[in-house]
Amino acid sequence: MIVQTLTFCLLAAVTLASGVMVISARNPVHSVLFLILAFFNSAGLFVLMGAEFLAMIMVIVYVGAVAVLFLFVVMMLDINFVELRQGFLQYLPIGGLVGLIMLVELLLVLGGWAIRPPAGVVAAAEPAVAGVSNTEALGSLLYTRYVYLFQAAGMVLLVAMIGAIVLTLRTRAGVRKQSISRQVSRRRDEAVEVKEVAPGSGI
Amino acid sequence: MQGFIVEYLPILVFLAIAVGMAIVVVAASYVAARHYPDGEKLSPYECGFEAFGDARRQFDVRFYLVALLFIIFDLEVAFLFPWAVALGDIGVFGFWSMMIFLVILTVGFVYEWRKGALEWE
Repeated sequence: MIVQTLTFCLLAAVTLASGVMVISARNPVHSVLFLILAFFNSAGLFVLMGAEFLAMIMVIVYVGAVAVLFLFVVMMLDINFVELRQGFLQYLPIGGLVGLIMLVELLLVLGGWAIRPPAGVVAAAEPAVAGVSNTEALGSLLYTRYVYLFQAAGMVLLVAMIGAIVLTLRTRAGVRKQSISRQVSRRRDEAVEVKEVAPGSGI
Repeated sequence: MQGFIVEYLPILVFLAIAVGMAIVVVAASYVAARHYPDGEKLSPYECGFEAFGDARRQFDVRFYLVALLFIIFDLEVAFLFPWAVALGDIGVFGFWSMMIFLVILTVGFVYEWRKGALEWE
């Protein structure tokens, strides 16, 4: 138990510290690297909470893919980041306001939960019975009880896919592409022409 | 709760060793090695001549498209894991709900194939 508590304190502290570094690092690439560190630590926190599957998905999806997307965005934006940093303190009041509102909302939700847990929801959110792994418990609920939400997730992914293609796909003009079907279906009499050439004269 | 956490103990030990090792190596070289700091040692090196420009440069948005499509199929596969583990319990209904999910995403896959988003010019 003491190891668990110590690990929690360590992971939470590193998560918070790297979160602060994300917004205060001068170099945006360093910010993304600190974000990856924060993702890893929150995956560790998920393991401590018993959400093994979520932790592994955190590592695969967030560290493996989302962080790469952030790096791409940082690289693709042609912004002078030193100039951008000048007005950092200028946005502090509005950022602080947003943070405060979110804190109040969290306190309201958690406080309401602590005072009177809603009936029915708790049964589903309760950790699974002994002997059933986290992934199995998730699988036995997600595809039957929450089937509409699951299909909605599929729809969201479809919209994301089509949106990404519509927004970023540009076909450049004048690019010569290989057309394998045209290459294969080409016959000799379309490609080669035999000409009678008299001796001593050209074509 | 306690039971499965114990299985993660080797990872914790491994992490502690890795962090400790990194600190020891850096600290040892800091303490034991001789220091001759020089501005030239920190300057960017590019095969002998001065660096032309910044390492950060803009690149094509198509890389972003590939990464985004990867992330979407990554998530699709992530949904398959709990389904495969719990397939014995959830029965025919669970099986077909996943099939519908896969069909929805296959629509998107066919769309991007026909659009040529998977081709590289």
